[in-house]
Amino acid sequence: MSDKHQHNGYYTGDIHNEFVEQHYDPKNRAVIWRTFWILLVVTIFEVAIAFTSISKEVLMYTFIILTIVKAYFIIAFFMHLKHEKPAFGYSIILPFILIVYFIALLITEGNYLHLWGPK
Amino acid sequence: MSAEATVNQTSSAKQWGGGRSPFGISWGKMYMWFFLVSDAFTFSSLILAYGTMRHRFTDVWPKASDVFTHFPFYDGHIQLAYVGLMTFILIMSSVTMVLAVDAGHRRDNKGVALWLGLTIIGGLMFVGSQAWEWYHFIHGTEKGAYIMPDRSIWRDVSNAQDYHVAGTHAEGIVAPGNKLITDPAVVADVHARGRHIQGANLTENEYGHPLFADFFFFITGFHGFHVFSGVVINIIIWLNVLGGLYTRRGHYEQIEKTGLYWHFVDLVWVFVFTFFYLV
Repeated sequence: MSDKHQHNGYYTGDIHNEFVEQHYDPKNRAVIWRTFWILLVVTIFEVAIAFTSISKEVLMYTFIILTIVKAYFIIAFFMHLKHEKPAFGYSIILPFILIVYFIALLITEGNYLHLWGPK
Repeated sequence: MSAEATVNQTSSAKQWGGGRSPFGISWGKMYMWFFLVSDAFTFSSLILAYGTMRHRFTDVWPKASDVFTHFPFYDGHIQLAYVGLMTFILIMSSVTMVLAVDAGHRRDNKGVALWLGLTIIGGLMFVGSQAWEWYHFIHGTEKGAYIMPDRSIWRDVSNAQDYHVAGTHAEGIVAPGNKLITDPAVVADVHARGRHIQGANLTENEYGHPLFADFFFFITGFHGFHVFSGVVINIIIWLNVLGGLYTRRGHYEQIEKTGLYWHFVDLVWVFVFTFFYLV
């Protein structure tokens, strides 16, 4: 507590017990609110177009793309993944390529489900 | 320790040689991240299973904007209004959570307590709202529906203000696929041959295909369970903050780790909201 003003950080407590310096970035709060406004506007836009007479397919693709946009902002800025080392970011994001593969498989399966079985 | 081996310029051998956390991120945070990836896979599987079944039975799948029309203290029907409000509350609680983390970075203990407290309140509002939605879903509409021998669901809207077709009150029967039928002969036939069902359970529901209710309960229930456990964890951490644990510890990384879980819960809801209610 005595050197709170001189050293901002903590000791890792592991085998190396390094002192990790922490610097507070005042721009952080502006980023938080900017992300909030982006999320709000995108959500309002989504709910608004849901009530229009745009074709279902266009709506569906728009929702999916906008949801991924929202996910990017939440993961990058609220969860701070952008501040971490890029390699760590990749180790989190790249596994989701498997989900894209899963989607492709399920769409194929879905087509076969329509051919067989009761209505 | 040689002069070049500083924290910023660790060689590959030093970074991956053991005894330290690689990527320059603490073990606890890294664990939380990888747990969230695994949980994201679970939710993805559930949502994709829902999507597959929804498209398999797209003819008899109910329109979510017609099912979720209730709003507290309001007697009429507004499509998706309450679910929209729930989404807003959860996103706001995510904002207050990140502000709590930010206060932690500034070592502002009172700020952390305030913003984390607001996050807890937001979480409780969401769980309560979800319970309210479940109640109305299970309870069903004014008149319920009829299940015919071929297990098709025909919704009864005779003299009911519960159903609306483009904003007007309607009489008659709604056939599978949202076709409104007012022909009295058909209505009488459905009343005669069909069995009346009200509300929803895991076997059958008055809105449409049984899988609609099954997936609704499972996905929103699984998510709601995550929100609830998140609120419990937040309360525990909040009590720690009030007790000054993190002031003594010197850093507020625990708030950050809790925050990661809370943002994940919010993120999952964004996807559930899109694929269950909007699409």
